[in-house]
Amino acid sequence: MSYIEFLQDYGGRMVDGSLITLVQFVLATVVSVLVALTFGLMRLASNPAVKGFATVYVEIFRGTSLLVQLFWIFFVLPLFGITMDKFTAGFIAVGLNMGAYGAELVRGAILAVPKGQWEAAKAINMTPAQRMRRIILPQALVIMLPPWGNLVIEILKGTALVALISVTDLMFQARQINISTFLSVQTFGTALIIYYVFARFCVTPFMRAVERRMAFKIGRA
Amino acid sequence: MEWRWSWVWELLPQFIDATGKTLLAAGGGYLIAVVLGLVLTLAQRTPWRPVTVVVRELVEFIRSTPLLLQVFFVFYVGPQFGINLSPWTSGLIAIGVHYAAYLSEVYRGGIENVPKGQWEAATAINMSTVQTYRRLIIPQALPPAIAGMGNYLVGIFKDTPMLSVIGVAELMHTANSVGALSYRYLEPYTMVGVLFLAISLPTAFFIARFEKWVRRKMGM
Repeated sequence: MSYIEFLQDYGGRMVDGSLITLVQFVLATVVSVLVALTFGLMRLASNPAVKGFATVYVEIFRGTSLLVQLFWIFFVLPLFGITMDKFTAGFIAVGLNMGAYGAELVRGAILAVPKGQWEAAKAINMTPAQRMRRIILPQALVIMLPPWGNLVIEILKGTALVALISVTDLMFQARQINISTFLSVQTFGTALIIYYVFARFCVTPFMRAVERRMAFKIGRA
Repeated sequence: MEWRWSWVWELLPQFIDATGKTLLAAGGGYLIAVVLGLVLTLAQRTPWRPVTVVVRELVEFIRSTPLLLQVFFVFYVGPQFGINLSPWTSGLIAIGVHYAAYLSEVYRGGIENVPKGQWEAATAINMSTVQTYRRLIIPQALPPAIAGMGNYLVGIFKDTPMLSVIGVAELMHTANSVGALSYRYLEPYTMVGVLFLAISLPTAFFIARFEKWVRRKMGM
């Protein structure tokens, strides 16, 4: 069977899988950003209980494997009455895991904003919430965007694991096609190329553009 | 559903044994990654442009595709050409190559951090390329690279569960089979999580201590 015939027969399923991967990726990214902002800010709180909770969260999710967390959320949480369908469990697990890494980026970036900015905001009588929202976060955003570019690629790669709880993403389709055809080079090779093209020529350039745009907006480009 | 301690104690020896295999997979994979990563870095520094471009893109390719897919690729592609690799061999190759790409970026960062004057000085006193790397560049590039190398050591350890999908009998694989036999997943998966934490947190702590120690030793 030539590669063209292979694509004619199985290309449709690869496309279906890629779309599921895309949706999982977008939803997992949204969850990651929310988790990262919440826990990143909590890690900087002065209240020891809030800070401690956030630290425990970050250490647990960064200290164990995404695969373990995914299986725990999908197989064990229902025993405590929290049942999610596999699709939801998939992007939630990826998002919670990557959000813990993101929280450290948020924390680091906020701490990297020069001290004078905090003092100046205080001097002109801004409330702590105003100061965070209007002075600190915009500058922190510009600082943390480059490492977020790497993290977003990790999120994309992380979504491949949802295939193991039978979400029909690209990874899952590739495995199914491989089982029925044994054309491993063609199936896994095509899937690898799809992930690569998406990461290298869509996600990374997009993140670079966002970086430039944000730097421009606060007058640093 | 209540937690059964008696079952946990019953499973523990089996899980400790599997933890050993997980550590073996992580250690073996890391060894491949450390050496191959250096090759990938040096290949990107050769004056021959086609090589640098191809290797650069290869590193990007490996870094931007999922490890899980690479594991499947290595495991299933061999038999199509009549080469049968055991789950252990293909697992170690996949995870080793994947992390080699990451480590090569760490080395690259370390080498690029060495001031240009050091290279020029080496040329001025007529050192060969090998001498320059061995006696001047690597000793200066290594200390800042240790933090990154340590992070990826913990990273490779946390990624070994992905080898369970091709039948490497490590921790996750053991938990899956125990769970499938008994239809109880609470204890096995929780134990895996706790064992991972018990290893990765102290390791990360000691790596940070080690990095400080090396920096002090090197007078940085």
